[in-house]
Amino acid sequence: MITEYNIALRNVGKINPASIQDYMDRGGYEALKKALQSPSEKVVHDITKSGLRGRGGAGFSTGLKKKYTSQASCVLLECMRYIVCNADEGEPGTFKDRIIMEGDPHLLVEGMVIAAYGVGAERGYIYIRGEYHQSITMIRNALAHAHVHGFLGNNILGSGFSLDIEIKLGAGSYLCGEELTLLESLEGKRGYPRIKPPFPAESGLFGKPTLINNVETLSHIPTIMINGARWYRQLGTETSPGTKIFTISGDVKNPGYAEVEMGVSLSDLIYRVAGGMKDERPFKAALLGGAAGTFVPESLLDVSMDFDALKEKGAVLGSGAVIVMCNDQSILMMLDSILRFFEHESCGKCVPCRVGTKQLVDLLEKLKGADDKRSDHIDALVYQSELMAKTALCPLGQSPVLAINSAVRYFRDELETTQISQSRCR
Amino acid sequence: MKKTDILEKYLPRMENVLLILHDLQNNSRMNYLSEKDLSLVAHHLNTTLSSIYGVASYYSMFSLTPRGAHIIRICRSPVCHCAGVDDVFNELARILKLDVGATTPDRLFTLETTECLGQCDLAPAMTIDHVVYGKLTAASIATIIAQYRKKSASQGD
Ligand SMILES: Cc1cc2nc3c(=O)[nH]c(=O)nc-3n(C[C@H](O)[C@H](O)[C@H](O)COP(=O)(O)O)c2cc1C
Ligand code: SF4
Ligand code: FES
Repeated sequence: MITEYNIALRNVGKINPASIQDYMDRGGYEALKKALQSPSEKVVHDITKSGLRGRGGAGFSTGLKKKYTSQASCVLLECMRYIVCNADEGEPGTFKDRIIMEGDPHLLVEGMVIAAYGVGAERGYIYIRGEYHQSITMIRNALAHAHVHGFLGNNILGSGFSLDIEIKLGAGSYLCGEELTLLESLEGKRGYPRIKPPFPAESGLFGKPTLINNVETLSHIPTIMINGARWYRQLGTETSPGTKIFTISGDVKNPGYAEVEMGVSLSDLIYRVAGGMKDERPFKAALLGGAAGTFVPESLLDVSMDFDALKEKGAVLGSGAVIVMCNDQSILMMLDSILRFFEHESCGKCVPCRVGTKQLVDLLEKLKGADDKRSDHIDALVYQSELMAKTALCPLGQSPVLAINSAVRYFRDELETTQISQSRCR
Repeated sequence: MKKTDILEKYLPRMENVLLILHDLQNNSRMNYLSEKDLSLVAHHLNTTLSSIYGVASYYSMFSLTPRGAHIIRICRSPVCHCAGVDDVFNELARILKLDVGATTPDRLFTLETTECLGQCDLAPAMTIDHVVYGKLTAASIATIIAQYRKKSASQGD
């Protein structure tokens, strides 16, 4: 069996998530006590040393981001730094943050308080997608209990450090998971993206320096505080240390999730973690990272699942979504679903994406029905998505090119020959 | 709960607008935000109706037209799509005699499609209000709908 690690999934399934006592009985909030006894710089230093990278999709160094936020020039007295937890999980195929929030909400709260102490933030927000009813309930409960026990609020555990955390809710927009758009939404506006730079670490929520991290990222921090950066670095790969929760869905025997070391092979995830292909059907492709992700074919089954190895192969790790497709599935239909997703989620602020996502859907529709000139339609899809990647205002419009290019690269033959009648997704 | 009581729970700051809209909609019998609701919010937040309308109309979880007592949201994102959600959807539409976005004449159900619900290991998946239903088949969908109908008949609403 492949070894599963429990860092972000430390207590999931082992405690009553509604009980702070259960959490504390398993060492909960000890990391916070330890962190508060050292200077805040040490917290940032330890996180930087651990090599922890963002689990929300982009893989940015968490320590570096913390350093920027704590150093962002703060001359005005009313200046206040914010910490924001991105719990808007909306990438198709991804449900890891939900598992943490539903199963071990205090771990996220503890990680967030430690991170806030590190950067000197006094107000925090957890932005949870509106559909995650159970997550919202569990986090709300956890925040209330943490307050009562003095892990939140004024003068936390007598350290002089104060922090309040509030829940904010999304309302069904995928784009609001993008960090700058999320900040707009938090401020109570329509979810239109902001232009980068400035980055949130300089000018974020209400124009103030803001640290924004994913649920899973923050949930690693308590364990790093307790076991140390060096211990953490032993796990995973040189450039992607630690563990990752992968959510495996599609045509496998046991769809679900597992926390394993970064650098696990794709085939281990499918055949050892998820029990192999459903009904022993042959593997065709995996879509890694969700709709904003890339297809990988059988020849890449041995690829190391970490940020850099995948990047080298032109693929992405993204949020850790692994959507497995067997031989009966059609790449064309999968692309269709992905492109409709982007058409639906485009906010319409910039022309290349507002018009482009619709054109991509139309082009694919043409390709589905075409008897000849299929190659031309495929080239048009590639051209259009590349043009969008160059001209769209925000990362959403720059995403469809990932799935299109990888599909064309590995499955061009199928795209050129499969007729629509053959290409139903089961 | 009275609408003014709901509003009073929130400090009059624009950052609370989504929380307020959720709360009002959840407490509305027809699962929607009326123009009057939006005006009340605008008044509470000391801003214009148009700016509240701008926010409410952007987010797909809010409805500006009346809906049924139960909101069915069926996922059409890639994982559910590949798991055969189209068949489930067609069966649902057939049983309820509804198109996407429409409400049954008895105002019991509104049928909506949504993107990934984060329940992909249970694909094909849907929610009815806050309850998640997974591994849907044409057969299971009929049972689920029948349960809601039965419950509603016995409550006489
Ligand atoms: C369209 C889009 C949607 C995104 N959705 C999410 C999301 O749901 N959750 C998340 O943590 N990050 C999401 N991200 C990534 C965030 O922009 C950002 O990188 C992340 O919150 C940073 O946290 P991390 O450094 O801990 O990963 C999204 C990005 C884009 C472009
Ligand atoms: S790229 Fe798409 S989602 Fe991003 S701003 Fe433009 S229209 Fe909106
Ligand atoms: S794709 Fe349907 S729940 Fe995720």
